[in-house]
Parts: sequence; structure tokens; C-alpha cells
Amino acid sequence: MSQAPPLVALVGNPNTGKTTLFNALTGSSVRVGNYPGITVERSMGRLRGVDRPVDVLDVPGAYSLVARSDEERIAVDALLGLGGATAPALVVVVIDATALERNLYFALQVLELGRPTLIALNQMDAAERAGVQVDPTALADTLGVPVVPTVGTDIERVSALAQAIARYLAKPPPAPKWPWSPSDALAADIDALAPQFSQAPEAAQRAMALWALMSVEPTDSAAPPALRTSVAARLAAAEGAHRDLDLEIASARYQWIDDHAADFVTRSPTVRLADRADRLLLHPIVGFAAFLTIMAIGFQALFSWSDPFIGLVEGGMAALSGAARDVLPAGIVADFVAEALIGGVGNVLVFLPQIALLFVFIGVMEDSGYMARVAFLMDRIMRRVGLHGRAFVPMLSGFACAIPAILGTRTLERRRDRLLTMMVLPLMTCSARLPVYTLIIAATVPATTLWGVFSQQSLVMLGMYVFAIVIALIAAAVLGRTVLKGRREPLLLELPDYRVPSARSVGRLVFNRSGTFVREAGTVILLFTVVMWGLSSFPRNPAAAAPLEAERARLAAAQPAGAEPSAALTELDHRIAAARTEHSYAGRLGKGLEPVMSPLGFDWRINVGVVGAFAAREVFVSSMGIIYGVGGDVDEESPSMRRRMAEAKRPDGTPVHTPLTGLSLLVFFALACQCMSTIAVVRRESGGWKWPSFMFAYMTALAWLASFTVYQVGGLLGFS
Amino acid sequence: MRTLADLRVTERGRLATIGGERAFRRRLLELGFVPGTEVVLRKVAPLGDPLEFEVRHCRISIRRKEAQALILEETP
Repeated sequence: MSQAPPLVALVGNPNTGKTTLFNALTGSSVRVGNYPGITVERSMGRLRGVDRPVDVLDVPGAYSLVARSDEERIAVDALLGLGGATAPALVVVVIDATALERNLYFALQVLELGRPTLIALNQMDAAERAGVQVDPTALADTLGVPVVPTVGTDIERVSALAQAIARYLAKPPPAPKWPWSPSDALAADIDALAPQFSQAPEAAQRAMALWALMSVEPTDSAAPPALRTSVAARLAAAEGAHRDLDLEIASARYQWIDDHAADFVTRSPTVRLADRADRLLLHPIVGFAAFLTIMAIGFQALFSWSDPFIGLVEGGMAALSGAARDVLPAGIVADFVAEALIGGVGNVLVFLPQIALLFVFIGVMEDSGYMARVAFLMDRIMRRVGLHGRAFVPMLSGFACAIPAILGTRTLERRRDRLLTMMVLPLMTCSARLPVYTLIIAATVPATTLWGVFSQQSLVMLGMYVFAIVIALIAAAVLGRTVLKGRREPLLLELPDYRVPSARSVGRLVFNRSGTFVREAGTVILLFTVVMWGLSSFPRNPAAAAPLEAERARLAAAQPAGAEPSAALTELDHRIAAARTEHSYAGRLGKGLEPVMSPLGFDWRINVGVVGAFAAREVFVSSMGIIYGVGGDVDEESPSMRRRMAEAKRPDGTPVHTPLTGLSLLVFFALACQCMSTIAVVRRESGGWKWPSFMFAYMTALAWLASFTVYQVGGLLGFS
Repeated sequence: MRTLADLRVTERGRLATIGGERAFRRRLLELGFVPGTEVVLRKVAPLGDPLEFEVRHCRISIRRKEAQALILEETP
């Protein structure tokens, strides 16, 4: 068996520049995956510029090792090699020199564990600008472990850190000693609990005991029962003696820091530049104006600037599909390659322009420090419906497309916040709904104006946007209080210094996210496309189309060779396509759904469109084109299509597409989870089928109920 | 009895008692909000909430509701 390379764990507070440092240390060798059992991303890479292989693990940032949620628990497990993790040979604590005291608190916790530790004193440059001078040698003397000054973006300093890591792996630094001394009472608590951690390294047992005093709740079912009982006993005893253990432990560590800070840090008063900028950017009027402008630019990028690129992808795929048809003999193989395979790849790639643009936007906002301000500005509004302030950006992107927006929920740190945002995002009026709305409104809403000014059709369109926002907010409020209840987590936010975003790190973000999307959601989207193609293309030659086929053969034979197909022939082609669709599995499904859907006012033709729209909402338009015999290449503006829809009758002779049916259908499209790509992406981002299944179920049920209410109540009130 | 939420921007206060639900209280303690520490209110969000505090030369923002559980020493 070959020996695995030694592991180095990079730990530290959030916002210490740890990830920048990690990227600089490991270069492009980063492997992104999930932690075992939970869907928190884990980044691992090879150390660059050293002569033997060393793995570096980027542990998610935490303010403390005292952990409650899964996400935070990782830090402890990663440091001690518990829960299936490999124990690191060296721990590198990244410390932000601009927030030295708080970072040292975390460093003390790590040192207590007694693992070989190295301190990377980061952001020295920013600290100096803020008037903070830290002496690395004095800090190393005080803490008793090596300290390497670094700047995440300075190649020389990073390579010095890499060399130091290699050096200390070869010859481990002396194990750190517990820097502060607990009071006698606290020491007794620690000694009583330490034997509970016999599986941890000996030096770490007392640290784990201290950790348990703050981390283990008497009601915590995840902790071993024996440990729970002992902790509960110590806590009860402490309470009886009027001791406050949490306060005792935190105060003791900070007391040590306060007592020693003068040895390694000097401060001169300066004005923080970020405070000056914030006076404008967080101003009640100027700040909101700036916020709206920035959001408008981002939205514009997603909505309009992505258009040419989307056109490029679609054009390329159409050309490819045409080329495949030229090469392959006509028949099922050519259909499969051109429609299912190339179409499926196109269905994946078509999202890339918007995903890339959204992550450029998010990357710039995060890297510049503005994203934290978005949360600061929007927290009051967003928390009313139980959403995190940062969720504003993905929610806004949802108006363009839910796919990039769902990927964008990664800007939220807590799993519960991410899930809640993901569950309501698909309710936002995405751009794929627009052609559907345009067609339905044009076919069913009278083109009259109200009070001579407002077109009734555009008012309905506007109403659909407002309706979607209201429903999404209500859904968030309801789901956040029921299914996704979870412990109410108070806000904790840091407003970092502003800085110029680095093209490198934004580029890396865009590249990683796009790659993950193509690899993991792309396969599911491709699979769905093939299934949908199969449903609408089989059985291949239904008997119902046979007479039409025969007539077409007769007409085609009568036509001179090489001539343009006659109008009658084209018309016949459309009728054949309509007959094939009607008798395909998708068509049969549409008909089979009639008993369920007729209370909503939908006939089988609408149902076929609704079933087909599961591939993507805009497919509804071409399905309607095929079913109404005007061909699949119509767009929502086609007058002949609108006329056919307006003329369509039910078996009893009443028109199908009345304003009331139109409204019911609009409501259905607004609420139903009609997008397989959304489902594929939620599966990838939530790590399983549970949440996408729930989302599909609740949205479809909501859509059915709402449309039912509209159609039935509307009918009772005498509308048609 | 004044709390952190009663501070005006740039005003200082010294912490006396730290209250609140255990998990979040513990978190605040670990961020340096321990009794005897001086805290400055640095910023108030345009909508009035959250608030940014400076504690031990570090900045952290919390909501008004949680800040109300952090009680200040009486100024003589």
C-alpha cells in the first residue's frame, strides 16, 4: 500500500483571506467535493513549490471550535481526525492581523488541542494601513509556535509559507502548550470530563473536555449518552455554585489575550477607509440609490447581455443538429441524435452564459466586500419572510432564470437558509415564462385599454410578476415556519474592508461553478431531455396518421421534383405532426390527465402543452404550434397560431381559450414546477432527491389548487 | 438600565451583563463581548437594523433585538 501524502489543515475565522491563501498555496490543483455525509463543500489541493507531495485541506471558516451545526462541526473533526476524517500532520491557523484579538481567541482553541501548529499571520498589509503593527517574532515567542507573516496575494510570501509548511512537516515544531491556566474550579471540571475522550490523542483530551463543556447540550442526541450525562452533571454543579461556565471560559481566554497583546501589537489611531465609503454606501438615500443601481446592472447583465451568447449556443446547436441530419440516414437514429442528444447537450449549455454572468456579478460583489453590505441593507426586509439578507441577490436573479440563481444560493452559509431560498426561487417569474405568458395573454385577454391609457394585456402581464413575488414571499414565510423550521439563528455579520476584486478569484469562481453545473446537473438534464423526447416521439407511426401519410405521399409524387413544397403539402405536414403528437405517449398522458385538469379549464391540447413544458416552459409555445397544426417552429407572436387558438372549440362547441381559461393557465404556469433543469440543479445542490421531490410536489399542488380556485370561483361569479 | 441597542453612533459603553439565549450568548462571548469590555456603536443600517459594533478592535454586526440583551454598566 502506498503511503498517503501528509495532510495540512488550513483553519481560521471567516474573512481572514484563508481561501485566497489556500488557492495561492495549491494553484489550480483544487479538488472540490463534499464532506462525508453532508453537503458542505470541501476543497483539497496539492501544495505547490515543494519537493514532495503534501495535501492541503481548506476547512470552512469558523469563529470558534464550539460547534452546533453540521457545518461548524467539520472544523473539530477535521482538526482531530474524528468522524472518518484523516488527522492532519500539521495545522495552519490563518490569523487576520486586522482583527487580531478575535482571531487569537480561535488560535488559542486550536493550540489547546496540542497538535503541531503553525500560525500564518495574514493581511499584514491591510493591518499596517489601519495603523496596526504586529511583531511576528514576539507573537511566536508569546504563543510558543512558529509564526509566518503572509499576504494572500503576494507570491513570495506565499511561497515562504509553503516552504515553512514543508520544513515543519519534515521536523515537526514542538507541540504547543496550553497558553492560559484555568481556575482551580474549571480545572476540576476539565479533569472530570477528560477520560470521556480516550479515543482522542492524549494531549487533546483536556481540550476536548473544555470543548464539551461549551458544546454539548444535555438534550443533544448526537453526543454519546455517557458524555451527555457527565456534562449535564458538571453544568448543574457549576450552576449550583453560581458559576457561569460559558462566561468563565471565554473570559479566561480573552483575559490571556488582553494581558499579552502589548507584547506583540502596537496601534496608532487611523480612520478606517471602509467607514468613509460606508458613510455613502450605507446612507439611507445615497446608499439605497447605489444599491438599486448595482442590482439593476447585475439584472441587466443576466437578462440582456446574456442574450447574444444564448443565441450563439442555440445557433451552434441548431447547426450541429442540422449537420447530424445531413450525415445520418433519415430515421429514428437521426431523430435521436439531432433532437434528444444534441438537443439535450444544448439544454445544458444554454444555461452557461447566465451562470457565468451571475457568478461574475456575485464574485465581484463578494470579493469587493459589497455582498456583506447587501445583507446589512436588506436584512430588515428579508428577515420578515424568514430569508437571509444575502438571499436578495439569488432571488433577484430568479427573474432571469432559476438555474444560475439556485447555484447562487451558495453565497448563503447556512444549509437551512440555502434550502429555503432554493425552494421558493422557482416561483420568481423567470424569462422562460415570458413567451408562454405572451402567447396565452395574446390569445385570451382582449386587447382593450383601460381608461384609455393602460393596455389590459400589459396589466395582466404586470399582475403576473406581482403575483409571483407575493406568492414567493408567502411561501418563504410558510415553509420557514413549517418544513424548514430549524433553530432561529440570530444574524452575525462582518462588514469587511472594501478592495478591488481580483480577476483571478472571480474567474476561478465562475470556472468552478460552471464546471460543477455541467458535470453534475448537466447529466440529469441530458437524461431528462432524452426521456421527454422518447415520450413525445413514440410510438413512431401511429395508425391515426396513416391516411394523412398516404395522402402526403400522393401529393408529393404529383409535385415536380426539386420544387418548393406546395402550401397544401406544408399544411399536411403540420397535420401529420399534430396527429403524431396527439397519439404519442406524451399526448396520451395529456389526454389521460383530462379528468384531473378539466376542473382547471384545461382540455387535452393544453395538457399536452403542459406535459411538454416540463422539459422547459417555453416548449409550451412550440407544442401548441404542433397541436394546432401551424408547425413547431412558431413563436409566441405568430398571428395564425393566435387565430387557431381563439377558434379552438370544446366538444360542446364552447371556445377553449376564454379569458378565464387563460387566467387559470397563467396561474398554473406561474406556480407549477415546470422545469426539469431546476429539479436537476436542486438535486445537485441539496445532495439528494428529497428536496427536489418536495419542491415539485408542493409547487404542483399549489398550482393545481390556485388554478382550480380561479376557474371554479371565476365560473361561479359568471366570468367565462 | 441601558443596553448596547441604546448607544448612539460613535458612543462607547462598558459591558456589565451578557444575556440572551445560550447558543447565541456563547457565540457573542467568544467574539469578545465579555463583561468589562468597552464597546462602540459604529454603524446603524439605513433601515435601523442591524447595528455594527466595535469590540476589542474587531467589528461585528448583530440585530437590535440581540443587542438589547447586552446590558451596559451604569455611567457614573
